[in-house]
Amino acid sequence: MPDIKVTPLGAGQDVGRSCILVSIGGKNIMLDCGMHMGYNDDRRFPDFSYVTQNGRLTEFLDCVIISHFHLDHCGALPYMSEMVGYDGPIYMTHPTKAICPILLEDFRKITVDKKGETNFFTSQMIKDCMKKVVPLNLHQTVQVDEELEIKAYYAGHVLGAAMFQIKVGSESVVYTGDYNMTPDRHLGAAWIDKCRPDILISESTYATTIRDSKRCRERDFLKKVHETVERGGKVLIPVFALGRAQELCILLETFWERMNLKAPIYFSTGLTEKANHYYKLFITWTNQKIRKTFVQRNMFEFKHIKAFDRSYADNPGPMVVFATPGMLHAGQSLQIFKKWAGNEKNMLIMPGYCVQGTVGHKILNGQKKLEMEGRATLDVKLQVEYMSFSAHADAKGIMQLIRMAEPRNMLLVHGEAKKMEFLKDKIEQEFSISCYMPANGETTTVVTNPSVPVDISLNLLKREMALGGPLPDAKRPRTMHGTLIMKDNSLRLVSPEQALKELGLSEHQLRFTCRVQLHDPHSDTDTLGRIYTHLKSVLKSYSIQHVPDGTVIVESIVIKVTSSAEEPNLKVILLSWSYQVNKHVMN
Amino acid sequence: MKLYCLSGHPTLPCNVLKFKSTTIMLDCGLDTTAALYFLPLPLVHSPRLSKLPGWVSKDGAVNLEKELKECSGRVFVDSQPEFCLPEKELLDLSTIDVILISNYHCMMALPYITEHTGFTGTVYATEPTLQIGRLLMEELVTFMERVPKAQAATCWKNKEIQRLLPGPLKDAVDVWSWRKCYSVQEVNSALSKVQLVGYSQKVELFGAVQVTPLSSGYSLGSSNWIIQSHYEKVSYVSGSSLLTTHPQPMEQSSLKNSDVLILTGLTQIPTANPDGMLGEFCSNLAMTIRAGGNVLVPCYSSGVIYDLLECLYQFMDSANLGSTPFYFISPVANSSLEFSQIFAEWLCQNKQSKVYLPEPPFPHAELIQTNKLKHYPSIHGDFSSEFRQPCVVFTGHPSLRFGDVVHFMELWGKSSLNTIIFTEPDFSYLDALAPYQPLAMKCVYCPIDTRLNFHQVSKLLKDIQPLHVVCPEPYTQPPPAQPHRSDLMLELQPPPMAYRRCSVLGLPFRRRYERIHLLPELARSLVPSEIKAGVSVATVSAVLQSKDNKHVLQPVPKPAPVPPSKKRKRVTEEPPEVLNPKPLLSGAVPLEPFLAMLHKNGITEVKVEETADGHILHLQTEDVLIQLEEDATHIICDNNEPLRTALRDLVLRFLQKL
Repeated sequence: MPDIKVTPLGAGQDVGRSCILVSIGGKNIMLDCGMHMGYNDDRRFPDFSYVTQNGRLTEFLDCVIISHFHLDHCGALPYMSEMVGYDGPIYMTHPTKAICPILLEDFRKITVDKKGETNFFTSQMIKDCMKKVVPLNLHQTVQVDEELEIKAYYAGHVLGAAMFQIKVGSESVVYTGDYNMTPDRHLGAAWIDKCRPDILISESTYATTIRDSKRCRERDFLKKVHETVERGGKVLIPVFALGRAQELCILLETFWERMNLKAPIYFSTGLTEKANHYYKLFITWTNQKIRKTFVQRNMFEFKHIKAFDRSYADNPGPMVVFATPGMLHAGQSLQIFKKWAGNEKNMLIMPGYCVQGTVGHKILNGQKKLEMEGRATLDVKLQVEYMSFSAHADAKGIMQLIRMAEPRNMLLVHGEAKKMEFLKDKIEQEFSISCYMPANGETTTVVTNPSVPVDISLNLLKREMALGGPLPDAKRPRTMHGTLIMKDNSLRLVSPEQALKELGLSEHQLRFTCRVQLHDPHSDTDTLGRIYTHLKSVLKSYSIQHVPDGTVIVESIVIKVTSSAEEPNLKVILLSWSYQVNKHVMN
Repeated sequence: MKLYCLSGHPTLPCNVLKFKSTTIMLDCGLDTTAALYFLPLPLVHSPRLSKLPGWVSKDGAVNLEKELKECSGRVFVDSQPEFCLPEKELLDLSTIDVILISNYHCMMALPYITEHTGFTGTVYATEPTLQIGRLLMEELVTFMERVPKAQAATCWKNKEIQRLLPGPLKDAVDVWSWRKCYSVQEVNSALSKVQLVGYSQKVELFGAVQVTPLSSGYSLGSSNWIIQSHYEKVSYVSGSSLLTTHPQPMEQSSLKNSDVLILTGLTQIPTANPDGMLGEFCSNLAMTIRAGGNVLVPCYSSGVIYDLLECLYQFMDSANLGSTPFYFISPVANSSLEFSQIFAEWLCQNKQSKVYLPEPPFPHAELIQTNKLKHYPSIHGDFSSEFRQPCVVFTGHPSLRFGDVVHFMELWGKSSLNTIIFTEPDFSYLDALAPYQPLAMKCVYCPIDTRLNFHQVSKLLKDIQPLHVVCPEPYTQPPPAQPHRSDLMLELQPPPMAYRRCSVLGLPFRRRYERIHLLPELARSLVPSEIKAGVSVATVSAVLQSKDNKHVLQPVPKPAPVPPSKKRKRVTEEPPEVLNPKPLLSGAVPLEPFLAMLHKNGITEVKVEETADGHILHLQTEDVLIQLEEDATHIICDNNEPLRTALRDLVLRFLQKL
């Protein structure tokens, strides 16, 4: 029985280090290759020994697919390809290919230069790794090899994020990566056609959340920022350089313009300029509105938002600062936070998800005292607001995607086990399909039932379709007969006559003859004529021939009438028919 | 399978392919050369044009001075320019299911096809094709609408009058089918029917046919198309280039194994080498500027202009002309330059890697930033105050009949210091210049056509080996001007099938197979038997389900128990399986084993008689004759149905059923 196997090496009942192995139709594919923000040890990367204990990655994998540039989806890529060793193709979209190496380099710098770790991938390794990348476009069908094809769909979430369909023969899997089903200020909503995959592997970050309307959240956000600025407070918004940052910038920029506000907005240095530039050059990946108006006004050229300098943090008066990274686990956002945490006039707005173990996660859980390095503790007095702007599908969105794609099975990753459990029940109830949620290293096997493609001779098909009428009649199914010829891996279905001909076989005629006696005072010819007339009235849909040599022929049935000179009234009717004649004609 | 040819123009094709149950239009090019018969539309009042004498026949019998004007011995129609549309009468346009667009130059007739014809289908195009095509259409509409003409000349089209007119007007064909330009509303409505596709995307049409665009290397988003079913493959090659310019290179290998290849859009200037032309362009430009003259480049607002700007970007500094301003004047100049920068996915590798940095892929961004290149929507407004001479002006339309270029012709035509350099190959430059004669300005003809030449195409065809090639008639003979150049035509074996406007070609292939799917339950129930080494057969009895052109075979459902019906129908003895035809038989019934078999079944008294073709068996007790021959068995048995059935089953044991 053919089956598809799915094994998460990361993101199984967890958020972080997404890495999922899929075996389908004899092909092995790795979906994403991410790192975990919550760990600094071996658990940071997926456990590739699951594969490497049996041989090299290159031999095992047919391809690697990266869904988007977030580090929890691509952070382990250079480690995997250059240190563990993989030389096969790595597929990602153009924007991901452009931005991914920058984030990797950033990640490397923080880890190696700031934290002083060794045994980590180098800049050269990132470059070598990127050389193995094959960029692809949305909806382009990429033939990885003769049998394996992949296709990318728009996923929203961040610039260049894609969902992937993986297909071998008639079996297929769709992997969503991270996606969102509602368009936001800079990106569109995820979309997929009704491709009916055998398995839909979906993220489930917000498995239990049903978020209120985006507009409300935006209004709320603007109100909080406005109030804080009005009372002279400072607002810190930890973000990742690309993604939510641009959406919130557009939001604040238009608000500042409308309200004519003067308080400065800063964006922490580094990637900003570059990031906005990527958005300008990949504008076709943004939402409809931005794409339509970009010639007149490019939404990513901000008037009110300036570059941040470290010294500005101590400036008096109100300000709004976007600083990286988004989970307050290191870098500039953490530094600014430390400076501003003590003042209750200030505000911290967390617009995205925080992984366990990060400072952001602790604060969001209400921790008011933080232990810092060197045994110092930090009192958190500033106001903390969590506003989910991170672009993941919520429960409603996930259900919506299921309706769009109509999968036969569902598999959840990239979420917390408890929340998954809830969503799994909901999915199984609403769609009556199986839903799986394997843990890391656990394999889910789904049996597929592919149909067998066969070449049917057009003559046979047309004949059948003509007989069956234009519309299939469910009440009276017609059985068609054909001969399937199997030769050199080809399967051809032809009519039995054609099969005989092609195979060089001659037909074997099987005939039956029987004599029936009856009394009839007419002459032989008249008797035959009466039989002919009778048959004509009974067998309306058959062609009945009366041949001059004294026979009546119905299909392959031959009828003759003879009598002996002694008893002219005793007619002997000679009936002869072939094996293929239908019974009811005989009756 | 048939091909209806609605346009005879080799580079502005419009063909309709009927393939399986679908009707597919391949491109809808608009032949704008008809505009050359018309007088230019000046943006600013032109005393010269308005003073041209009206035309009256020599004998004074025909007076059309309102409609026709004479200029330097040629007669022009004084009316809004008109275009020659694809043929509309050859087939009902409302039956077209889809239109496949290969590049933005080949879609300019779209509004004429999709509007007011009952068309209800879908148009497929890539995103750059749609966006730039929209710009070119909007530009055309603006050119026409901003200088409205009060009257439309129609009298001259009268057959009786037209034949009295001087050439070339006299020889213009199908003038009644010429049409004025469409409106913005029609453009918007037509383009709203476009569905975007990406290269190598497989698009299913009604489950019957799959179409796929492939990069053709000619312009941003330009594509060739594969139209195929599981068994037949038609390649449509239109406007392709193997030169390294800005677009993604041409994808060739996917064109292999085509049954039919429809070839259009080869270079219009097979004798000119684009690189050589570019060199000539630069040297003429430098010469004119150094002498203090201006250079006018009539061009389309997208396409080769990007390459020209890039080439000049490098050339001007090296020629020490860095301070010469470039002006790009078009209602869509800004949009065209902006759009060119956002299609990273559709560009050549070199340009793509710039976007990864991130830097704009085209250097014209830098030219604009450093104020070397300025763009304006028209000559009115800022341009008139900002413009400095000597300068280089890029503007349309290349026919010189409308657009801002008309103004520059009037302005600069009288000075021999100035130069006009023709780069677009679509119009004869002598015809284009005719209404401006006498002209003092220098004229240089440097047509840059990057499309395939005959040498490249024959090499390509050798590689991809299509079974049949279909092409416009002009490709099957040398150019009329160079009848001895047999290298400037297609020579193929078998010879290509040529078409002209209004041809209907039957394409030479017979469909023999169709794809069908056996449901897994059915597949499992089959019993294959080996007939000869490596060949097995299995009899399939199944129910056919056809939906959306997809065919599936299901196992025969078990007959439901007949519900006890109240009224006994007469034909109740007709259960559905009776309708099933019986299989064909093959093989032979061997005598000895058959006798043994009869014996086993209690038939012992058998008299065997040898005949010419086999044996006759007389079953004496039962009084039954059985004739056994190589290819036939005949059972003669009176009035004993059970016995006959038993004998039949015995015979069948020795035979194969198909």
